[in-house]
Amino acid sequence: MEFPEDLRYSKDHEWVRVDGDRATIGISDYAQDNLQDVVFIDLPEVGRQLQQGDIFGSIESVKAVSDLISPVSGEVIAVNEELPDAPEIVNQDPYVGGWMIVVQMDDPSEVEELMTAEQYREYVEEL
Amino acid sequence: MAYLPNTPHLRAEMLSALGVESAEELIDRQVPGKLKFQGLLNLPAPLSEMELLEELERDAACNQPAGDMLNFLGAGVYDHFVPSAVQRIISRSEFYTSYTAYQPEASQGMLQATYEYQSLICALTGMDVANASNYDGATSLAEAAILCVSATGRRGIVLSGAVHPAYRKVVETYTKGLGSNIRTVPTPDGVTDPNTLGELLAEARSGEEPPAAVVIQHPNYFGCLEDVSAVAAKAHDAGALCVVCVNPISLGILVPPGSCGADVVVGEGQPLGSPMNYGGPLLGIFACREEHVRRMPGRIIGATTDAHGRRAYCMTLQTREQHIRRERATSNICTNEALVALAAAVYLSLMGKHGLRRVAELCLQKAHYAARRISELRGYKLAFSAPFFNEFTVETPVPASRIVSELSQEGILPGRDLSLDFAVGNNGQEVLKDARRPNFLLLVCVTERRTKAQIDRLVEALSRYQPDSG
Amino acid sequence: MLQPVTEPTIAELSAEGRVGVSLPRCDVPEAPLEELIPKEQIRTDLPLPEVSEPDVVRHFTRLSQRNVGIDTHFYPLGSCTMKYNPKVNEEIASWRAFSGLHPYQPEETVQGALRILQSLERFLCEIGGMDAASLQPAAGALGEFTGLLIIRAYHADRGESHRNLVLVPDSSHGTNPATAARCGYQVVKVASDERGRVDLGDLERHLSDHVAALMMTNPNTLGVFEDQIQEVCELAHSRGVQVYCDGANMNAVLGICRPGDMGFDVMHFNLHKTFSTPHGGGGPGSGPVAVKSHLEPYLPVPRLREEGGILRWNYNYPKSIGRVHPFYGNFAVALRAYCYIRQLGPEGLRSVSEDAVLNANYLLKLLVDGGADKGLELPYPAPCMHEFVLSAAEHKKATGVRTADIAKRLLDYGFHPPTVYFPLIVEEALMIEPTETVSKETLDAFAQALLTILDEDPGVVKNSPHTAPVSRVDEVKAARELNLRW
Repeated sequence: MEFPEDLRYSKDHEWVRVDGDRATIGISDYAQDNLQDVVFIDLPEVGRQLQQGDIFGSIESVKAVSDLISPVSGEVIAVNEELPDAPEIVNQDPYVGGWMIVVQMDDPSEVEELMTAEQYREYVEEL
Repeated sequence: MAYLPNTPHLRAEMLSALGVESAEELIDRQVPGKLKFQGLLNLPAPLSEMELLEELERDAACNQPAGDMLNFLGAGVYDHFVPSAVQRIISRSEFYTSYTAYQPEASQGMLQATYEYQSLICALTGMDVANASNYDGATSLAEAAILCVSATGRRGIVLSGAVHPAYRKVVETYTKGLGSNIRTVPTPDGVTDPNTLGELLAEARSGEEPPAAVVIQHPNYFGCLEDVSAVAAKAHDAGALCVVCVNPISLGILVPPGSCGADVVVGEGQPLGSPMNYGGPLLGIFACREEHVRRMPGRIIGATTDAHGRRAYCMTLQTREQHIRRERATSNICTNEALVALAAAVYLSLMGKHGLRRVAELCLQKAHYAARRISELRGYKLAFSAPFFNEFTVETPVPASRIVSELSQEGILPGRDLSLDFAVGNNGQEVLKDARRPNFLLLVCVTERRTKAQIDRLVEALSRYQPDSG
Repeated sequence: MLQPVTEPTIAELSAEGRVGVSLPRCDVPEAPLEELIPKEQIRTDLPLPEVSEPDVVRHFTRLSQRNVGIDTHFYPLGSCTMKYNPKVNEEIASWRAFSGLHPYQPEETVQGALRILQSLERFLCEIGGMDAASLQPAAGALGEFTGLLIIRAYHADRGESHRNLVLVPDSSHGTNPATAARCGYQVVKVASDERGRVDLGDLERHLSDHVAALMMTNPNTLGVFEDQIQEVCELAHSRGVQVYCDGANMNAVLGICRPGDMGFDVMHFNLHKTFSTPHGGGGPGSGPVAVKSHLEPYLPVPRLREEGGILRWNYNYPKSIGRVHPFYGNFAVALRAYCYIRQLGPEGLRSVSEDAVLNANYLLKLLVDGGADKGLELPYPAPCMHEFVLSAAEHKKATGVRTADIAKRLLDYGFHPPTVYFPLIVEEALMIEPTETVSKETLDAFAQALLTILDEDPGVVKNSPHTAPVSRVDEVKAARELNLRW
C-alpha cells in the first residue's frame, strides 16, 4: 500500500498536498482499498467554507458509505469535476487523478497536526 | 408436532454430540432462572389441521364479505376483477417463500419481476424511476412528503383537504418527529382550487414555513378529478415540489401526473391484482423524477450483467437504506410489499395496454350511469360538479349512516358514509367549510365488477328514501 | 429447477394486438368519453406491454424457477427466521370470507375477522408478557417506529420532551438507528462487551435524563442472550428511560421467557419471522406492537372494543399517537399468524424454541469443530440461542477467500447462504439461523458443504456461483450505471 512521502495524512484517512497556503485533499490508498469499488461521490460546491473536522462530502461503494472529513479549515476553491462521472478514478489513482477538493487554508499551521507518511503507515498497521 | 422434522431419536443424537441431556440445559446455561416463564403460556390448546380448518370455518361464517354483496364501497380499497393467473403465479412457493435478494444469484426471479414492476409503474405514472414498493398508499404519501422536505431543505407541507383522511392522519404521524408543519387547503367544492392553493402558498412562504411539498390526490377522496397541471405550476412557483397520489386503475384512461408536472407520484396499488383483504396487505406505489433517485425510500432493483456478461439484476443504491446508512438512511423500511408488487406486475402484464384501458372505461361508464340514475332520484343530487372517474359523492335525503346501516342488512353496501371522515370537529370544517352537511354525504364507487342490474338495484333501494321520510 | 438462460423482460415479449385478459362488454348506456372527462385529461398513450395469457404465465413461471425459497432450499438467513410456511394457512387466507372483506364494511358483517384480530392481540400479549397490543404496523421497521413514537408521547405527556437521545447497541439491526432518527432522535451507540452483550458500564455512562429510550434485542443479533437484561431495564428505568424490545429474535424464547417479564416497556413482533407467515420475497410482513399498561393510552387508533356484544373499531383514545396505517394493518398476515398459534398451542410454541435452540447449537458445534483449523472462528462462546455468528476473517487472511465468496459457493451446493457481513462488529461475519423446521440430516449436509468449501481451491470459490442461473452479479456496475427500468 502506498503512502507518498510528500503528503500529510489525517486519522480519517484523508491526505493533504500543500502548495503555499493551498491544500489539495483526497483519500488514501488504505481508504480506497477498504471501501472497494467506489460507485458514487458527493463533493461540495466551490466557495463552501470548511472548518477542520467538517464533513465536506461522502463517498460510496456498493456496500458502504463514508463521510469525507476536512483535515484543514478554509474555503473550497476547486472541486474535481471528473470524479462524479468516473468515481472509479479514486480507486485507480487516489493521490493524483483522485484529488477531490482544493482548500485555501485559513491557518496553514493546521497541517502540522496531521501525520507524516511514516506515522500514517504505523497508524494504519495498528487498525 | 407439526412442522418439526426432528424426532426424539434424532434429538437424542444431537444432544449427545453436544454433551447435554436436553435443550432445556442449553437454555438454562443462558437464561437466568428468575426470568424463565413457569408452566405453559395461557393460550388455547393445540389443534390438528382438520380442527383448525373447522375452527376457522366457524369464524368465516361470521363474516359477510363485500366481495359477495352488492358492493359500492371504495374509499381507498377497491373491488376489482383479478384474473385467475395472478393468484396462481404469486402462489408459486419459489416466490412467496423467498426473502429479500441479499444474494442476487439466488433471487433472479423476484429481482427481474420487481424490475419489471418498477418499469410498469413508470410507464403508468409517466415518471422516471420507481421503487420496489412501500407498505401502502398512505405511507408512500408520507415518505413522499419527507422526500420533498429533504430535497428542498424546507419544512412546510401543504395537503389538499381532498386527500384521503386516513392518509392525512398517517402523514401527520410520520412527520411528527421531523418538525414539519402541515397546512390543509380547504376543498368546499370537492376539488383543490388552484387560486385558493396559490393564496395559501403565498401565506406559507411569507410565514415561517416555506412549503416543501404540495400534495393532492387524483382522483381525490370525493372522487373528483384535480387540475394536476395547475396545481403543479402553483407549487413550483412557490418553490415547492408537487406530489400526486393516484388510483392506478384510473391511469388507464387519465393523463399521467408525470406529464403534468408532478415531481413524485404515489398511490395505492391494491387495485392492481390484489383482493381487498380487509385493508391489508396493500401496495405503496412510489415513483419520482430521476433527480430524486438518491432520496427515494425503499428497495430499488437495477439491471446489470454477471461475470459472463449476461443480463442480471440486483438491489442497487443500497447505501440509501437502513442496513448500510443506519440513522442517515432515507427511510427505515426493510420488509415492504414485494409479493403484492409481483401481483401488480402480473396483473399489468395480463391487462396490458388495451385491458387496463378497457377496465378503466368500464369503471368510468358504469359509475357515470349510476351517478346519472341516482341524481335523477328525488332528494338526491351529486354533491360536486367536478368531473369524476369511478367514485362520486352524493347528497342524500336522509343521513347516509341510516342508508348504509339499513341497506347492509339486505346485502347492499351503498358506499362510504362521509360523516365518519368529516364529522363536525373532525376535519369537516377544515375541509368542507359550511358548503356541505357531512352527515348527508355518501361516497359511491362503481368498478367493472358491477352489472347494470346491480346498479339498478342500488338505485331502487336508494329511491325508498325521500326527503320527508324522517 | 434453475435455468441458466437469460429471460427476456415482459416488455420484450410484447407484440401489438396481443391480449392477456377477456373482459365483458359494457352493459350500461355509454356516453362519449369527452362528455365525461375533459379532453385534455384523457390519456392518448399507455405504454404497457401486450402479451397473451399463456406467455405471461410462462414468463413468470420461468422467473419463479430462477428463484430460491424455503420450499426449495435450506435458508439459514440469520435474524430472518426462515421457517416453513404452513400451507393450511395459505388455504384459509384465500377464503373469500377473509380475502373479500372491505375495511369499511359495517362491523356487524365482519365479526369473525374482528374476533380473530382481538384474539391475536391477546395471544401476542401473553407471549410477550405485555398488557395491550396493536396490529397496525405493516412490518417490523414500522413497529419500531410506532414503539418509539409511543415512548416519545409518553415522555411529552410527563413534561419530559427534552429527552432527545436514543441508545442503540453497536450490534443492532440497521432499522433501529434509522427508526430512531425518523422520530427526530439522535442516536448514541452503546458498546458490547467481550461476551457479546451490552456493556453495562458503557450503558451507565450514557444513561442520562436526556435519554428517551434504549433499544435492545434479546437474544441479540449475535444469538447471545442478554442475561443481565433485568439489571439493564432497572438501570434504565431508574433514569426515567423507557426500554424497547426488538422482537425479531422471539423464535428463541417462546414460552421460555417473555420481554415483559424482563422489564421491557414496549416491543414489536415480526409475524413473518417468528409466526411462520411467508416472507413473500420481501413482504408483506407484519410488525405488531405490544406495550405495558402505562403506555397503553398512546397505542395507534382505531382499537378494538366490545360494545353490546359487538366488536367495533373505536377512535376515542385522546392520547393515541394517531395512525401508522390507513386501515387496520396487514389483516391477511395477522390471520396466518393466528392460525399458526392456534395450531401449535402453548406446547407447540415451546417446542419451536427448544428445537430452534437445539438445531442452532448442534450446527454451531459441527462448524466450530470442523472449521477451527480452516480459519472459521466463533467470536462469542457457545452455547448460543437460536442463531450464531461466525467469523471467516482468519480464513480470508490465509486464503484470500472472503465471506461473500463462501456465501456464493454455498449456492452451488444447493443451499441459500446465511446472512453475511452482519452484525457490523464481527469481521467477515456469517450469521446462521437454521430454525426448528429443519432436520438433523439437513444440518449435517449444510455443515459438510460449508467445511468442504473452506478446503476448496480459492479460485473456484472466488468465482462462484457456477451453477446458479447467473454467475457473480456485477453490483458495482449496477450502482455506477443506473438502469432502473426498461
